Amino acid sequence: MTTKTITVVRDLLATNKQAAAAIRAELRARGILGVNLLSSPGSGKTTLLEALADRFRGRFRMAVIEGDIETERDAERIRAKGIPARQITTGGACHLEAKMIGQALKDVPAAIDFLFIENVGNLVCPASYDLGEDVRLVLLSTPEGDDKPAKYPQAFLSADALVLTKADLLPYLPFDPGKAAAEALAIKPTLRVFRVSALCGDGLDGLAAYFVEALERLRSGRA
Amino acid sequence: MHELSLIASVFEVLEDEARKHGARRVSRVVLRVGLMSGVVPELLESAFESYKIGTLAAAATLEIEVVPVKLRCPDCGGEAVRADTDFSCAACGSRRVEIVEGRDLVVGTIDLET
Repeated sequence: MTTKTITVVRDLLATNKQAAAAIRAELRARGILGVNLLSSPGSGKTTLLEALADRFRGRFRMAVIEGDIETERDAERIRAKGIPARQITTGGACHLEAKMIGQALKDVPAAIDFLFIENVGNLVCPASYDLGEDVRLVLLSTPEGDDKPAKYPQAFLSADALVLTKADLLPYLPFDPGKAAAEALAIKPTLRVFRVSALCGDGLDGLAAYFVEALERLRSGRA
Repeated sequence: MHELSLIASVFEVLEDEARKHGARRVSRVVLRVGLMSGVVPELLESAFESYKIGTLAAAATLEIEVVPVKLRCPDCGGEAVRADTDFSCAACGSRRVEIVEGRDLVVGTIDLET
């Protein structure tokens, strides 16, 4: 018996990265802006998407891919807004992977402007998986506390924009939005920061404009 | 907790490399785990120990090298390793740094028995 040591240097996420690159190329070719939403459970991802559906109605077409461990509940909420939604139930897996999105894309209407992918509620694992999106949002709701960016740095490091949600609760909570933003910006200086209340509508215009600008950049080939 | 699915990918690499090199067993695996890769080395170890039973790596040992975060600064050209999450250039303070190492998960070396 002989033993030999070989150097392989193989990326464990290579398969996911390849699948993500194919999705990104397809979405860009179709002129669709892919947006991946990351956050802990209950921070308001679905409520934000419902509010965006109302903002975009009659101006832009959107579709949603919902990731959850179980149930069709989130997709039903989105469909109630008249928006096509495809639910992925992972059956226990803590994150979405690119190959799941590749499958789900077959059920997404071709003529849309925005494809929102709501990841499984989890501020840890989804950060490691590229889904082929062009914009990654991380949501942090005010009840969660302003100390989360430094505790979960990978999620904030991997994001393009931070959305501080449930801003209408700020008068009742010891949440300092300046501190949360500063902590996130120390990790990722290029993060765009938005403060919204999906229930009251505050801040939604700015966030919607951010998506529209990103869509225009993508369609002019500057993504 | 996605360490188990990552370990499943490690075993795909092991089986593939063993086949390519005509090896029967794997006796040692070195994983390089970036500090900002989002995985916990201890959980990778326990996932590896559970997964290896009955495989070509049943007797293999796992070594994990933690790769620190290395930054490169496009403003001053400096490179630095940082242990905390304040990703700014240690030399000039610029915040436009790129992370060049410390985010990946890689199978580094493997000992194969033929």
